[in-house]
Amino acid sequence: MATESQPRARKAGAFDIRLIIALLIGVYGVILTVMGIGFTSEEEIKKAAGVNINLWAGIGMLVVAALFVIWAVVRPLVVPTSAEAETGDTPTAAGE
Amino acid sequence: MLVLADANLRLDASAIDYIELAFYFVLVLGIGYLARRQVSSSLDFFLSGRSLPAWVTGLAFISANLGAVEVMGMSANGAQYGLPTVHYFWIGAIPAMLFLGIVMMPFYYGSKVRSVPEFMRRRFGKPAHLVNGVSFAAAQILIAGANLFLLASVVNLLLGWPLWVSIIVAAAIVLSYTALGGLSAAIYNEVLQFFVIVIALVPLTIIGLVKVGGWQGLVEKVTNSPGGSAQLHSWPGDNLTGFGNSLLSVLGIVFGLGFVLSFGYWTTNFVEVQRAMASKSMSAARRTPIIGAFPKMLVPFIVIIPGMIAAVTVSEYVKDKQVLLDGGTAESGVTFNNALLLLMRDLLPNGMLGIAIAGLLASFMAGMAANLSSFNTVFTYDIWQTYVKKDKPDHYYLNLGRIVTSAGTILAIGTAFIASNSGNILNYLQDLFSFFNAPLFATFILGMFWKRMTPHAGWSGLVFGTLSAITVWGLSQAGVLGLTGQGISFVAAGTAFVVDIVVSVAVSLATKPKPDEELVGLVYSLTPKETRQHDATGENAGWYRKPGLLAGIVLVLTIALNVIF
Repeated sequence: MATESQPRARKAGAFDIRLIIALLIGVYGVILTVMGIGFTSEEEIKKAAGVNINLWAGIGMLVVAALFVIWAVVRPLVVPTSAEAETGDTPTAAGE
Repeated sequence: MLVLADANLRLDASAIDYIELAFYFVLVLGIGYLARRQVSSSLDFFLSGRSLPAWVTGLAFISANLGAVEVMGMSANGAQYGLPTVHYFWIGAIPAMLFLGIVMMPFYYGSKVRSVPEFMRRRFGKPAHLVNGVSFAAAQILIAGANLFLLASVVNLLLGWPLWVSIIVAAAIVLSYTALGGLSAAIYNEVLQFFVIVIALVPLTIIGLVKVGGWQGLVEKVTNSPGGSAQLHSWPGDNLTGFGNSLLSVLGIVFGLGFVLSFGYWTTNFVEVQRAMASKSMSAARRTPIIGAFPKMLVPFIVIIPGMIAAVTVSEYVKDKQVLLDGGTAESGVTFNNALLLLMRDLLPNGMLGIAIAGLLASFMAGMAANLSSFNTVFTYDIWQTYVKKDKPDHYYLNLGRIVTSAGTILAIGTAFIASNSGNILNYLQDLFSFFNAPLFATFILGMFWKRMTPHAGWSGLVFGTLSAITVWGLSQAGVLGLTGQGISFVAAGTAFVVDIVVSVAVSLATKPKPDEELVGLVYSLTPKETRQHDATGENAGWYRKPGLLAGIVLVLTIALNVIF
């Protein structure tokens, strides 16, 4: 994590939005899966055209969340002190 | 716009749904807090330090537009008109987004301007700049207020909170993250919002389709419902334009919606362009709208189709669709604007329901945050720094940006309260502001490719173009022109475009142009080829990062979609 005292490094270093997306979708996925397994009544399933949507949407969300985590792990944000990396820094300077 | 009725829309939210909502808001505020640490100069605050990757700005690009009007309005259109609504996406957005990325972005990003009005100032000088800057800032406050009002009224309908409580709570949340983290916070939240909307609407669409018996079932049901099979084909879209003649209707959609209205909106509206300006390189800036075009192509499937499903399954519509199509009032009090909500009420169990509500609120708040984050930039850079206090240290403008964001929020709250008393006024004003966009595109495109165009032509084209659009709109409201439906805005925009071009050319020929050396980087023929092109090495290398190729893929897919539907 970069701090504000390192002006070049701070920009890419602060946080990775992909992990926040994964966190949100993952937590929703867990809630829905649990709801789908244990707490969705027959009546509610009937209402949703016979589909246990909580369960299926929950599983789907867990998969999506996992994909985001994998993406973030495989291509991590690089704090551009060494430059030239995936999230490089040269164009950044152009804006200033 | 939503017209709210007394229909029974109260959703049965349970504790778990509220927990899901609360979790979303915690993350929204957390992003504001995290983004705060990245802000140390005014450029960080207003343009994210021009440092974001293309996929982030690309998603933010369409998310900023995926606000209340889009999600609720387009599903309402889906219920009312059916598939012709896709024109708002495939004709009314994609070509303009590609054009922005391929043709216009080199000038916006390459000239290092910090806003669209600033481009105006450098190309045409102060009068055109003032017209553009002031009308844009005013429109943003108004639209932010409209978003806030819609959000509050939906919360009121769904959860029963009083209108004023939801207005103030929502405004406080949006204000806290935009004032803390500036554009970065707004953009990151837009990306998060995009995914929340998708995970809310995809399951809704799927069970909707299961309920009607798949695509085939939907086709049968819509064919047998009022409106009939015209709602199942995107072309010619007579019911959408209200022209009553297929040829005119196609022309209206292609030129009015596809060319003038959408190019005006997507290529000159700073709310959109700002997202691309925040990206970290010329290549990323050009890819921003093109990457955004991919999801934009698919959004109709999760917005319009649920609207169509609602129209044939929700009991209120089954009973009164014909009445509503004729412009009457349904006995139950529903309008087409309730389509998405009614479908959620009918289909979703607790659990999924909370996510759907989070998705709706997310879309409204992100719309408002987008308005605020572009308002504060234009106000600070284009109005305050240009005309009031010129040479202050950068820190001064950063602080001012935060103050302006707060002031903008308070004004938006005021607008929302006015709207809650007289919704129609807001409708009319939104129509009027949309007319500022149509002549803008004419002025920009002429200004970018014709170096002879003069400063006086810049402002006079805008003023007369806008006035002509208002005239057409006024005459049709008064019933003189006999236009109905969306056709009015297509014709008004088309008129504005033509008048703007004619006035601009006439005035240019009679007045003195700017010297060539002041126009380098702003006009096509005076910009060296190298500066228009981007670096294609390092992180910008690879075929899948070529803007031209990506645009080609989008274009082919869009044409295929038009042929299929």
